[in-house]
Amino acid sequence: MDYSQFLSMPQEIGLVAVFLLVFLYDTFMSKKVQNALPVFTCVVFGLFTIANVFFCEESCSIFGGMFENTQATVAIKAILNIGMLIVLIQSVKWANSEYMTVRRGEFYELLLITLFGMYFMISARHFLMFVIGLETASLPLAALIAFEKNRYESHEAAAKYMFTAIFSSAIFMMGLSFVYALSGSLYFSDIAAMIFGESSTLLIVALAFVIAGVGFKLSLVPFHLWTADVYQGAPTPVTGYLSVISKGAAAFGFMVILVQVFGSVYTVAWKWMMYALIVLTIILGNLFAIRQRNMKRFLAFSSVSQAGYIMLGVVAANEMGLASLMYYVLVYVLSNLAAFGVIGAIENKTGKVMMSDYDGLRSTNPWLSFAMMLAMFSLAGIPPFAGFFSKFFIFAGALSTGDVALYVLVLIALLNTIISLYYYLLVVKAMFINKPGENGAIETFKSACSERLAMIVCVLGIMLVGIVSCIYTYLVDAAETSSALFNIF
Amino acid sequence: MDFSYSYLVLVLPLITFLFLGLMGTRLSRKTAGVIGTAMMGVAAVIAYSVALEYFFGADQGQIVDGIRQQIIAWDLTWLEFTENLVIKVGFLLDPISAMMLIVITTVSFLVHLYSLGYMQDHEHKYEKGLQRYYAFLSLFTLSMLGLVVAPNIFQMYIFWELVGVSSYLLIGFYYTLPAAVSASKKAFIVTRFADLGFLIGILLLSFYTQTFDFITLTSNPTAAIATAGGATFMGCSVMAWALTLIFMGGAGKSAMFPLHIWLPDAMEGPTPVSALIHAATMVVAGVFLVARLFPLYCLEEGTMTVITVIGAFTAFYAAAVACVQSDIKRVLAFSTISQIAFMITSLGVARPELHEGVGYMASMFHLFTHAMFKALLFLCAGAIIHAVHSNEMSAMGGLRKYMPICNIAFLIGCLAIAGIPPFAGFFSKDEILVAAFEQNTFWGIWMMLVAGMTAFYMFRLYYKIFWWNNPDYGHHTPHDAPMTMSLPLIILSLVSIVAGLIPFGEFVSWNRADYHIHLNMTVAVSSVAVAVVAILLATKLYLKENSAPAKMANAFKGLWTAAYHRFYMDELYQFITHKIIFERVSRPLAWFDRQIVDGSLNGLANIANSASYAIRKLQSGSIQSYVYVYLIGALLLAAVTVICLI
Repeated sequence: MDYSQFLSMPQEIGLVAVFLLVFLYDTFMSKKVQNALPVFTCVVFGLFTIANVFFCEESCSIFGGMFENTQATVAIKAILNIGMLIVLIQSVKWANSEYMTVRRGEFYELLLITLFGMYFMISARHFLMFVIGLETASLPLAALIAFEKNRYESHEAAAKYMFTAIFSSAIFMMGLSFVYALSGSLYFSDIAAMIFGESSTLLIVALAFVIAGVGFKLSLVPFHLWTADVYQGAPTPVTGYLSVISKGAAAFGFMVILVQVFGSVYTVAWKWMMYALIVLTIILGNLFAIRQRNMKRFLAFSSVSQAGYIMLGVVAANEMGLASLMYYVLVYVLSNLAAFGVIGAIENKTGKVMMSDYDGLRSTNPWLSFAMMLAMFSLAGIPPFAGFFSKFFIFAGALSTGDVALYVLVLIALLNTIISLYYYLLVVKAMFINKPGENGAIETFKSACSERLAMIVCVLGIMLVGIVSCIYTYLVDAAETSSALFNIF
Repeated sequence: MDFSYSYLVLVLPLITFLFLGLMGTRLSRKTAGVIGTAMMGVAAVIAYSVALEYFFGADQGQIVDGIRQQIIAWDLTWLEFTENLVIKVGFLLDPISAMMLIVITTVSFLVHLYSLGYMQDHEHKYEKGLQRYYAFLSLFTLSMLGLVVAPNIFQMYIFWELVGVSSYLLIGFYYTLPAAVSASKKAFIVTRFADLGFLIGILLLSFYTQTFDFITLTSNPTAAIATAGGATFMGCSVMAWALTLIFMGGAGKSAMFPLHIWLPDAMEGPTPVSALIHAATMVVAGVFLVARLFPLYCLEEGTMTVITVIGAFTAFYAAAVACVQSDIKRVLAFSTISQIAFMITSLGVARPELHEGVGYMASMFHLFTHAMFKALLFLCAGAIIHAVHSNEMSAMGGLRKYMPICNIAFLIGCLAIAGIPPFAGFFSKDEILVAAFEQNTFWGIWMMLVAGMTAFYMFRLYYKIFWWNNPDYGHHTPHDAPMTMSLPLIILSLVSIVAGLIPFGEFVSWNRADYHIHLNMTVAVSSVAVAVVAILLATKLYLKENSAPAKMANAFKGLWTAAYHRFYMDELYQFITHKIIFERVSRPLAWFDRQIVDGSLNGLANIANSASYAIRKLQSGSIQSYVYVYLIGALLLAAVTVICLI
């Protein structure tokens, strides 16, 4: 075996290095400097994120074609890194709370491991590799969800997550075994070649199971039922992580699988499967979101419907769809983390998470309400905030196929943006307009320095990402280097 | 002449917005107001200089062969989709955008000035936040300017939405009043709904024509229409659909029936804001949009008919409602809807071959004069509300003795809107009637009738405020407003008197060539006669307190009540959204989520749970149901696809 192949995966190696540094710091540093661990992790990971810019962007295929890096995988990993960095910064305050001090090392280590797993989901071109990545990303998350172990909801959520994750993996693996039965290989490209022109029942069932398996990670309806309970129960930084990073990685991996492996049955099968799932996901996610009163549950359903929009990029199944998907993930990371940042800051301070607790927040905490308002506007897709552009590009991507069925799909999605505007405005209304309840509004407080830093990053991102056009142009270029993916069309 | 300095017109309000927004309460209320007003004044001077240079400057390519050229003052490439499909940010200078620059900056500056007096006095009533108010005003002005100078439809859409956001913030400014808040939300959602059509229209139009650029689209409209290659959808050509959908966006912003419901409620916002947003700027965005794409519209006969019918109906409907409202701002709101509908109708009946496209010119002319006299009327209403602390006509009467300046200003506004020569409204409305008669005598008579109703309800309003009776104001005698408020009234009164004499056709016409306005004596005389009769009728009924109006209301009780309740349009919308969408769809689903998914299966699941200690500890146990749904979902997905394939 040629060990120099490892050099072609600088991002993975870098991440392992970050992990080791954090691990060593946690294990061997004296008690006195232990308190600096969260900051240390942020700094090291921040340096790693910046170093990413300089990593090679040449496409390469290594380990016998099991693992592939292209400009697109580098880009999506960089986007996830940005999200991860924001999550890390947001969690500094929480990790330094008295209760967390003994175990915070594990928190960071587990978090880094899941990200490592996601890297493999993104770059895998062999199902074995993909499953290893998927499991590496899933299992530590269960531990993270249970992190506040003396909070009842926390370990209930973890148990639910664990159980559903295992179940979905089982279904996914079953689908894979069918695929193997049909093609005799687990290489993406081999399978694609073997099943070309085929549309047997077995293939369709295999496809459905694969979609269901990954649909769990993306919380597509009807595979989403765990989402609300888990989001509500998990510690807020973990919820933020679950809702954006985990989803972003799965979305990219999903697109690669559907396009590269099952590209030949696009028009006969999976276009319509995804079509149905998208319609269900967007509509049900929206309708459930309207009546939620717990902020974390509310964002859970909002993220369900957002996943439906992300899937529009998958259904487009072309370079523009891929670029729009990555762009959407980036914007979604920034907007959702801004919202979770505000929720986390308030929860840390007061323990309040109900929407009614936010009544009159503007008069006591104007900056937090401002950040929240921008996040809501961006999620609702109002120009000139980033969310509008991400929606615009993802719609334009779906329309660029020229397929009439997709026009109708985009129309349905557009109608749903109006419904979503209604409930996003509910939050804005609570903060800016409602009178504080009997106990008065949440008192004025100064959020921690780290929380403010994370929020500023998110808010600047929301305001600028849409306007700085070179980001999208760059992603389009990156997607075009992956054009091999779309060969089968 | 180089117009590149025109970027200042956009940058100055942006700086003001950022500065006031970031400084917040660190500035005193007064300082914030003065800074906002001064910056707006500078921006107005620059906008005037750009517009005047464009119209009168030494010929630097503005006029070629007697045709005013469309000039791109500057632009930056923002995003390239394909070779042709490029999104740019820029500044398009042509007759209508130059005219809009003048309208927007004039009214905005005067509103800034007026607010110095108006908003200060409300200090005791509302929470702090005048700084925020001025920041929002700047943001609004910026977005509106960005909208009118947009050289492509994409930039227009972005600023269009930004106008929506900033008006949402401004209407909701009195966030302590529940009505203001629900109004701002309603305005936002209704216009967003309309913008949905706009966005789909843009996507369709750009998909076929492969361009966002206005100049490319309108310089060769026949070719642009032909790009769709005669593709049809549900019996109409795709281009007709695209243009109708774009008009839907315009109808939302311009409050055309049935999307008008947000405008009367939006009157809950501060009155100067109503003068700016709901009289002169935002509500004419729809008219501007149609005018901008006019060369395309006039090739699609079907769409033009839709526009005409909607405009003519709205004009009549809103005028009918305005006749019976008792809140003075609501009367003005419906009057605005009706007047905007005049402009829309005028565009709808305009054809290049009919009288050199007089409808287009008339529409823009009326937009210009209406902005001035309607802003005047709103600002007067603000001064009156300021003096008597009520919006209701019943709290007013006999005010001519206490508020002489306001009395005269309001009278001038009423004469202008009623179309009495030589006030501004006469000239522009006359051109609209000419255009309507050119198209079809029916529309001509219809619009003339509505013009008569306009004169009637405006003078009803005037008499009810300034004459009628003399209620006892007690020790709290109303008086004229302070100078900062009266000065804008005086300026706008003067403009409303003379604006009609501007040879408007020489500057704006559909093909940007000279158009000589000449009065059509038949139309002019008969329309003035109708207006005079209407005014005399109003005088008879409302000059002195009497029981005739009440008797009349009684005689037509059903009609009167229906009109007073705005023909129950709001109730209809309420019914659809709350009763049908929330009650019938959303609530059962939420119930399903709680009871079936979380709850009742809990019961079933608990039986299974009792077998296992570990799982029973989880208590909820609904994971089973989750997994159950999951599995069914996966199997159904497979089964349905397989069945469909076979």
